[in-house]
This record gives sequence, structure tokens and C-alpha cells, in this order.
Amino acid sequence: MTDSSIGYLYQGPDWDFSVLQRVYEACEHIARSELGLELYPNQIEVITAEQMLDAYASIGMPLFYKHWSFGKHFTQHEALYRKGLRGLAYEIVINSSPCISYLMEENTATMQTLVIAHAAFGHNHFFKNNYLFKLWTDAEGILEYLNFAKGYITRCEEKHGPVAVERTLDAAHALMSHGVHRYPGKKKLDLREDERRERDRRAHEERIFNDLWRTVPTGRSKSASELSIGRRRALLGLPQENILYFLEKSAPRLESWQRELLRIVRHVAQYFYPQAQTKVMNEGTATYVHYRIMTRLHELGGISDGDFLEFLQSHTNVVFQPAFDDPRFSGFNPYALGFAMMQDIERIVTAPDEEDREWFPDIAGSGDAMMTLREIWSNYRDESFIGQYLSPRLMRQMRIFHLHDDPAETDGVRVAAIHNERGYRRIRRELAREYDVGWADPNIEVVDVDLAGDRRLILHHSVVNGSLLAETDAKRVLQHLADLWSYDVLLREVEGSGKVLKEHAASPRKPALAAA
Amino acid sequence: MHIVDRRLNPSSKSLENRQRFLRRAKALVRRAVRDCTRGRDIPDILEGGEVSVPLDGVDEPRLHRGSGGIRDHVLPGNKEFVEGDILPRASGRKGKPRDAGEGDAEDAFRFVLTREEFLDVFLDDLELPDLAKRRLTATEHESVRRAGYAVSGSPANIAVNRTMRIAMARRIALRRPRPQAIEQLYAEFDECEDEERREALKVQIAALEAKARRIPYIDPIDIRYRRFESSPKTVAQAVMFCLMDVSGSMSEHMKDLAKRFYMLLYIFLTRRYRHVEIVFIRHTERAEEVDEETFFRSPATGGTLVSSALEAMRRIVAERYRPQDWNIYAAQASDGDNSYADGAVTGRLLKDAILPVTQFFAYLEVGEANEHRTGMPDSPLWSVYERLRVEGQQLSMRKVSNRGEIFPVFHELFQRRRGQERVAP
Repeated sequence: MTDSSIGYLYQGPDWDFSVLQRVYEACEHIARSELGLELYPNQIEVITAEQMLDAYASIGMPLFYKHWSFGKHFTQHEALYRKGLRGLAYEIVINSSPCISYLMEENTATMQTLVIAHAAFGHNHFFKNNYLFKLWTDAEGILEYLNFAKGYITRCEEKHGPVAVERTLDAAHALMSHGVHRYPGKKKLDLREDERRERDRRAHEERIFNDLWRTVPTGRSKSASELSIGRRRALLGLPQENILYFLEKSAPRLESWQRELLRIVRHVAQYFYPQAQTKVMNEGTATYVHYRIMTRLHELGGISDGDFLEFLQSHTNVVFQPAFDDPRFSGFNPYALGFAMMQDIERIVTAPDEEDREWFPDIAGSGDAMMTLREIWSNYRDESFIGQYLSPRLMRQMRIFHLHDDPAETDGVRVAAIHNERGYRRIRRELAREYDVGWADPNIEVVDVDLAGDRRLILHHSVVNGSLLAETDAKRVLQHLADLWSYDVLLREVEGSGKVLKEHAASPRKPALAAA
Repeated sequence: MHIVDRRLNPSSKSLENRQRFLRRAKALVRRAVRDCTRGRDIPDILEGGEVSVPLDGVDEPRLHRGSGGIRDHVLPGNKEFVEGDILPRASGRKGKPRDAGEGDAEDAFRFVLTREEFLDVFLDDLELPDLAKRRLTATEHESVRRAGYAVSGSPANIAVNRTMRIAMARRIALRRPRPQAIEQLYAEFDECEDEERREALKVQIAALEAKARRIPYIDPIDIRYRRFESSPKTVAQAVMFCLMDVSGSMSEHMKDLAKRFYMLLYIFLTRRYRHVEIVFIRHTERAEEVDEETFFRSPATGGTLVSSALEAMRRIVAERYRPQDWNIYAAQASDGDNSYADGAVTGRLLKDAILPVTQFFAYLEVGEANEHRTGMPDSPLWSVYERLRVEGQQLSMRKVSNRGEIFPVFHELFQRRRGQERVAP
């Protein structure tokens, strides 16, 4: 049915489930045969606005453990939504298998088609094929794991009291951004396995529990001097940038359930880690895919001209990029940048000019745009994607420039590069670096702890470009960290030269948090 | 591909998280609610509304870089800049690009409380005095509860587990042959060579199969239904008497004050009792029971005999509200005028007939706005009541002359107190 016309898939704004089915099948046909997408099975869920608000509050996940901070976010979103200050997203899509996409019931038939093409095909393909998601997330296991986490936390609340659980979760959430492994370890994350292991551990402990052991005297442990500093650090796996992981494994006074909570928060953070690194690519892919599918559907006669205009209107809204001096400006719009780059790549592959051949010799004119794009979607993240594929033509089109703000320069902010021959590479490098989470997040590591001595935990923040941590928040987070660690904590902000610029210290609020 | 319609699923999945949040921010929310009710009319208080709380205590800190240091920005939309241009810094950091997300935390956080949440917070630390009498009986509410199993019922209520269990017990008791056993015999039959043995097996199989047919897998007598019983729930009930002097000396302003007080009391009672009735008694030199509209709106003229109202209340209590069954609350509002001859009668009535049956009796003396009563002699009624109070009668009295004082006075009267300490001025 490639060229023969298909009848209108729907007419007017109304839709029902058979329309959704038809639309889905038409989209799937295009996605598989023309775009060559590879997909998780899809599950499409129709929800109300209120349910959408609920979904917002639990980071889009269909089930999540209970915590007041989600209530706070819900309340915040709700207030904005009710006042009409903010609309709701048209869709939410979850990286799981089956891939769940939420459609709002208020959407028109055209919007539903757009959302299905965008989420159920674009995002779905990206989730399944991008190397970061493959490496860090376990799409089959995530829902089951969240279910386990929810149940586990509820049981903890019954057993140890909601206050103790809440306090531990507060602290863990504060450290969430420093609870991910940035480099792949030996084995792939398997959430199902993890859940089983926790159950076994419990059962084993209960089985071998014998009160008598408590009364058996233990031999004198090795004194501090017997372990050299180097050995000590090696034993603890220091330096360690995954603070939650370190606490889970080494914090001296945590109960085992508290360790499990840290583990849960850590897994959740890890699950979302690839999303933060692929915003531009993920949205770019989905937008490109929905644009291709919708255009094709229109060509085939599945969508009427009027409905196609409705689509174009919301599409242009989505990919709108205000200029830096526009009051609406708030950084690069990932949809706009991503979509523009995908289209640009398509152009380079199919109709390159001299400049493209010079800049992108390996893909220029190779002819098969979808193959090149699929390849890119699988193997890049935002930073490497922009670093590699932002073309001079696009920089000119978007009139991108680079400002260098050095406080030492009293006159003002210097324009370091603009979209010209001299500036292309510098702009591209700078923009790519902005999307590097390793660069954007402060680099903080646990460097030392004297377990046999005063047990003070020492962390270092490697300061780049003289940019220190925001003080109030740093103090609060450190307080949480000290509560978990149960002993003093010291955070040093260290420059590349080794000079200490600033120190923050915190002592545990209540030494017996662990025993609470 | 599946399409799932989730619209009918319970929404408000976030309700519990929201309540956790409110609990967490309780002290802050309470202060915010107090602040925002100060400027409001009472009917508006019922509506719930928006409050804003500072973010201390409900913040979620993260480690992130603060301002300062060398920064690079890449931006779209260049119009006139060339490399090497120096752009002056905007003062106060305003207009500087990419400011979002900097700074430590937001200042305040606004959100809307529902009516229920609002009243919960609003009346949170108040308590009705003397809630002892809760024996009560008005059975207006029936609730359904599980009551074991029954052999008859509607198909929707079939208790599958129980049914299967009984069926299994019956099958075991009657030794219903298991399908596997029959299969096994068939297999043996197929393999068997010996003619005689085959005959025997055939008979055996036939017998077993017949038995299996006779003893069904599930018999109608196995089926159990979940049984539900409706049980009446007793509900504590309360009656609230509003007594007001409507003689000529009461101005609109005074009535307004009284009305506000009554409304607060009503809201408060409805939160503690499922069933609250209100009796309005107005009086001049005669008392009559009226409806709310008449009570507050229609004017009446005449002298003032407080005892007539108390007498009317005593009569109504005797007729309709047995003190054993009802929690009786009374609030009286007056400007304090009473004929001197009536003082003794009023005092006696109150002491002998009214106070013994009421949980709580509040007297609110209303005055003109901005009137300072200090230094003035007590009104006739006030001195009568004051005498009773000094004698140790349970009686609360307050003077109010401004709108703004109503809630503080109310709050003071019903503040949660420890032990047996009674509400008294």
C-alpha cells in the first residue's frame, strides 16, 4: 500500500478506540516498513487530565513509592494547572517493555495520531536501541522492580515507623544526583535479580539468626596503623563518586533496611540517568519520527488537509526556538535543536553541498538517511551527538554564538565565537560540553574515611573554572549525608592545583538516626 | 499493541502523597491559614483556598553549583555581535541569560487547599469541651460489613476460594476418582495383552468414570456466597441553641458579630458531630423560635427580658432534646441590656435549668465597633453572669466589639486544654 491512497483514518476531532487502533496500525506500517524502526511492544493508555497530574508527580511512572516530595510536586503542578499558567503535556511515555504511552482524553484525533507517532514509535525506538538505555536500564524489569520497591517501603513503614523511613528517604533523595554509576561496571543491571536477592538475604538472615552469637566474644580487631592509607582506600573502593552506593556499602551504622532504601533510590536514579543525557536526541528522534509519519499519512490520504494543518500548527509550536533576547527564551529547546539536527542530517545524507562533504565526509551523500539516522540514534548521547553532527549550516541558521563570562574581566561578557568560519568548531565544542552531564553536575567524590579512627567522611568537590557549590543547598545536603553516615562529614572544594577553596562540615543531627 | 482505558481507574493516586506533604508542612500551613483567614469573611472560609508557605522544611536540596566562576553560554539568535565584542553586564544579574535554576531555592510555594483540608487545619487545635456524652443513638447511618458466608446469594458475591475449598473437601471425602487415575488405567489398558486383565480393566474404568460422573467436580451445594450485613451505626448528635437579643438596642453591627460567632460554632460542631441541629431563639421581652432568615434579618422591637429566651430554651429542650441523647451547646449574644427586675430570674433559670443540661454555654457580649468598654461599668446581664461564674458555674463569657476579634475569641474559647481544666475566662 506504499503509493495507493488509504482512506481517511478519522474525520473531525472525535476519536474512539477503533480510530486509535486504525491510526496505530497505519503508523506502525510506516514506522516499520519505511523508517525501519525496531520497537518494544506498545501499550497505549487513555487517561484523564487529573491522572496526568498524578503521573507527573511520580516522575511519570505508573507506580511509585510514597513520599511527601511527590505530593509537593503534585500540589505545585496542580496549582499551576488550575490557574491556567501551564498546560499539560500531551503525552508521557515510559521506558519499559511493553512501552507505555499515556494519551490524554482531551486530545483531538489529530493530536492522538501525533502522540502515537511521537511516543509509541519515536521514543519507543530510541529507548530500545540507544546504547545508554541498553546499558543502564532494564526495561523488562523496571515496573516489577518499582512494585517491589513500593511494597518494600510500605513494609518498612509498618515495621520501623513512617518517620524513620521518611527521614532516610529524604536524605537519599538529596543525594540522588550523586547516586549513579557513570561508568559501566562488570555486569548489566538486572532489577529482577536484585529483587530476588533482597528476598533471599532476608530469608537467610532469619534462618540463621541465633541470639547466642551476640554473646560470643570477638577477637581484637586490627588497629588503624596496621592498615596503610592506600590499603584502606582500596578496601573501601575509594575514591567513589557514587555517594549513595558508598553509603549503602560502607556506612557503619545503617540498618539493613536503610541500605535497601538507599539501593532503591540509587536504582531509580540510575534508571533515569540516560534520560538526562539524551534529552536532545530523544526528543529529536521522536519529533523527527512523528513528522515523517504524519507527513506520510497525509500523502497517503489518511489525514485530511485540515487535520494536517492542525498537526503542523502544534508541530511548529513544539519546535519553536525563541532567540536569546526573547522573553520566552529559556535555553535551547531540545525538541527544536534535536529536530533541526535530524533534518539537517537527512539533508546531508541525501543532498550534501561542498561544505557538508568537507565536514561530514563519512555520511555526506551516502544516500540512505534512515540507516544513518538509526545508526546515530543507537550510538550517541547528546554530548557526542552535538559534538559530531552540529553542522555549520545549522549554526548559521540558528545564529548560534558563544559568550564567555569571566568575572575577572570587568568590562563585561565577551563574545567568544559566532557562527563563522573561525567559530564553528568552538561553538560546537562548547555546546556539546553544556550537554555533558559529567560537566554540568559538580564532580564530587568520597575520598577518605578513617573507619578505625574518628570515622570522619571526607569528600572532595573538584572545582572547575572557580565555580563553587551553592552554599545553602550544599549545607542541607551535607546535613543529610552526615545523618546517614552518623559521624562527621567534611566536604572540601578543591581546585585543580590542589588548593582548597572552601570547606563545609556537618555533624549528624541525632547520632542514633540509624537506630531510630 | 494494547489500548487500555484508564480513565475509570481511581484518579487521585497522589492523594496520599499530598497528605504526607501537608502533614510535613503542617506548622507552616497552619500559620499560612491563620494569616489568610484574618482578612476573610466566614462564608469564604468554608471555601478553602490558596495559601502560600515558605519553603523551609519542605525543600529538597541538591548539590549544584552556585553562581560565580567562569561561565560559558552558547545561545541562539545572534543578531549583531561579532567575535571579540564586549557586552556590559546587566546590573543585578537581571537579563543575564540562563539564569534559570541558579540561586539556592525558591522563596515561597503557593498552592490550593481543598475545603476539607482547609477546615482541618483551621480548626485543628480546637476542641469541644465536654465530649463525654457520646452514647447517642440516631441511627441515620447504615454501614455494610462482611458477615461470613452464605449458601445463597447473588452470583456477583460468589466466594470462589471458599467454594473451591468445599468442593475439594467433598471430592476427597466421596473419593471421586482423579482424572489422572483414569488416564493411568487407560494407558494400562492400551498396553495390556492379557484378555482377562483387559476385561477387568474395562470394568474398572467404566466404574470409575461412572463414579466421576456421579460426583461432580463442583456441586451446587459447594457454592458459597460472601454474606454482607448492614449494621446500624450510632451517631453522636448535637444541638446548638442560638439565643439573641433583637431588641431595638441591638444594631446591625452587633448582629453581624453574633452571626459570625454562630457560624464558626456551627462549622466547628459539624466537624465533630455528624448530626447537628440548630435552634434559633430570638427575644425581646418575649422569646420565640424562628428560622435563620428571620433570626438574622427581620427586625423586632420591644423591651428586653433575657429570662424569656432561657425559658423558651428550657421548654424546647424538655420537648425535643432529651439531655441524655443530645449534646447541647448554647451561645447567647446580647448587648448586655436587661431589665433589672429580670436579673434574678435569669440567674436562677440559667443555674437551675440550663447549665446542668448543656455541654457548653457561651455568652458573647457584643458592642459597637471601636467601642472601648474598659472603664465602663459592666452591663446588667454581664454582672449577673459574672456572679454565677464566680460561684463556680461552668459558663464562658467574652466581650467582642470588632469583627477581627471574633476568631481569636472563638479560638480562645475552644482551645485544646489539658486535663479537666474548664473553659473559663
